[in-house]
Amino acid sequence: MMKFTRRSLLATGSAMVLAAGLGLSAPALAQSGEPIKIGFSMALTGGLASNGKAALAAMQIWEEEINGRGGLIGRPVKLVYYDDQSNGATVPGIVTKLIDVDKVDLLLSGYSTAAIAPAMPIVIQKKMVFLTLLGFNMNSEFKYDRYFSMIPAGSDANRDFSKGFLEVAATMDPKPKSIAVVNLDAEFPKRASDGLKDNLKKYDLKVVYDQSYPPTTVDFLPIIRAVAAAKPDLVYFVSYPVDSAGLIRAIREVGLKAMMVGGGMVGPQIGSFKTMMGPAMNNMVIWDTYVPEKTLNFPGIQELLAKYQPRSQGLDPLGFYVPPLAYANMQILEQAVTKVGKIDQGALAEYMHANTFSTVLGDVKFDKMGEWSQERLLLVQYQNINGNGLEQFKQPGTQAILYPPQYKSGNLVYPFEAKR
Amino acid sequence: MVFDPGLLLNAIVSGLLLGGFYALATSGLTIAFGMLDVVNIAHPTFIVLGAFATFALNQATGLDPILCCLILLPVFFLLGRGFYDVYYRFFERRGDAAIQGLAFFFGVMFVVEVSLSLIFGPNHQHVETPYAWTNLGIGPVDLPVRMLIPCAMAAVGIGAVTLFFRTTFIGRAVAAVGQDEGALRLVAIDPLKIKRLAFGLSLLLAALAGGALLVVQPVDPWAGHTFIGRVFAICILGGLASMRGSWMAALLFGVIENVTATYLGPSWSPAVAFGLLLLTLAVRPQGLFAR
Repeated sequence: MMKFTRRSLLATGSAMVLAAGLGLSAPALAQSGEPIKIGFSMALTGGLASNGKAALAAMQIWEEEINGRGGLIGRPVKLVYYDDQSNGATVPGIVTKLIDVDKVDLLLSGYSTAAIAPAMPIVIQKKMVFLTLLGFNMNSEFKYDRYFSMIPAGSDANRDFSKGFLEVAATMDPKPKSIAVVNLDAEFPKRASDGLKDNLKKYDLKVVYDQSYPPTTVDFLPIIRAVAAAKPDLVYFVSYPVDSAGLIRAIREVGLKAMMVGGGMVGPQIGSFKTMMGPAMNNMVIWDTYVPEKTLNFPGIQELLAKYQPRSQGLDPLGFYVPPLAYANMQILEQAVTKVGKIDQGALAEYMHANTFSTVLGDVKFDKMGEWSQERLLLVQYQNINGNGLEQFKQPGTQAILYPPQYKSGNLVYPFEAKR
Repeated sequence: MVFDPGLLLNAIVSGLLLGGFYALATSGLTIAFGMLDVVNIAHPTFIVLGAFATFALNQATGLDPILCCLILLPVFFLLGRGFYDVYYRFFERRGDAAIQGLAFFFGVMFVVEVSLSLIFGPNHQHVETPYAWTNLGIGPVDLPVRMLIPCAMAAVGIGAVTLFFRTTFIGRAVAAVGQDEGALRLVAIDPLKIKRLAFGLSLLLAALAGGALLVVQPVDPWAGHTFIGRVFAICILGGLASMRGSWMAALLFGVIENVTATYLGPSWSPAVAFGLLLLTLAVRPQGLFAR
């Protein structure tokens, strides 16, 4: 029989406490005066931390700016945040503490769907306005009238996510007839993949390969070989960063050929991923939210990036993906509170539904479900990438926008042929 | 799907290459868990620690990651000895090794992961090598160097340790210490010294696997979670204390994963591979390759 001595328990307990302690972020910031407190959980450790920390950096830039301008409705602003460790299970406790103990005035979400879904029941119960960051079609089931989403996926996000890919594919000559679909076994990739398949009826495309893979997949060669054996005209992936890297390497190693390859990969939007993959991404066609093309030169975006990039040590060195979205959230909050003139959750929600906001990602208007009333996901083709240098990705031309038409900055290069 | 012999051949070959990497990742655990009965759940995290140490040395010196990894092996050997001392002093000596030891390594896993995140940041790290994108295809068969090198490292590393266990007196003592400590004392060998050495070897092999992992894919501080289930499953399939057994089990695991992914779909791979583990536990609980 095992013996549990006090000393051994103490030793074990110490290790666990130390681990748990280090897993938490810096505690909520100290308060002074009567600031407006904006609370949120954020992935500062764990698998989503690279994007969570980049979001936090952008939010802190806004905090410095707003306080430099004399605060919000005459009061200083403080961000109150805790590390959710990229674990949705920690979110309900954090949100409850933010509302009941820290008494935050305004509430934002952590990064991505995994941090938003667990917060929703509490937020709805407390009737708080909830501005979320990169949550994919989260409100379709809750239908909460104070929910607002910072992801340019539109009101029918599941379908709209792949709309650009299919629209651009339809412009090719000859028209593609078949498609292979590969997605990670996770909530967002599954929804995006289902949305694509819903869209296919309109485009007369036959699915010749349709498989998902588990998050523990190490070797992607068998998947790409099976895709190649099915000889599809189009190949559509929905994957997360490590898988995206594995898939792109395997595409190159197998020498995959098709008319168009890419789709819903997450990873290529991040600077360190772009430099890691370099020319291997040439001619891949992938979704995005911002790239430095001249057609996307929204007011304030260059200033934000100029402030973010010097403080991006250990984070996304470009900051094209999460920082503009996180910053735009703060801009919307600022404009809404300023116009309403007080912290009144109902009045804020009403104002946010009724008005258009000017942000670093252009004008944003929300529909009745809190999604962007006009979907605006970009479809980008990587072109003329030479080597793995970072600077080339800061210049127009390497990430040509193919969709939507109002932001188009280049023409599709096809067919796709990976060089072995 | 139309049967394509090239597709099957590629699935088997890539499975063998993947299995080679799995064998290297499992070899250290075979020593710690199989031979010493230490439930080192942090073993995959030590592999990731090896990958990050290799990355840091590569960034500092510009040397090839494999060479960096080899330079770091003595450091990890000493680290392993030190860890075993702590483990022995606070847990094993009192006979509290089972659940408290598991909790200890669970805590170590968290501390290492968070420390790596604080030092290197949460991003994925990778090294660029001249051979990263090279495919030495022979006819229809793909042989990506990215997977070939870890397989070769496994053959050399596991081969050397197996030879050490079989041909040296100390090596045989390592193989014997988990079975009968009293017998070792009778021939004037201190079991603690042998276990310390063995755990050092376990972490040395983890560092070697870490160098290989960095060649295979980008790593983040939490990359070890992907391998926890696999390495314990392979260790058990291989017969716990058998280096040869875990090598064979790893190859089998890799081939089953890749053939299943090719013909049934990748989402079936873990179900089929772990199904084999359950079947083995039911009909041959000592492992497929136990003697």
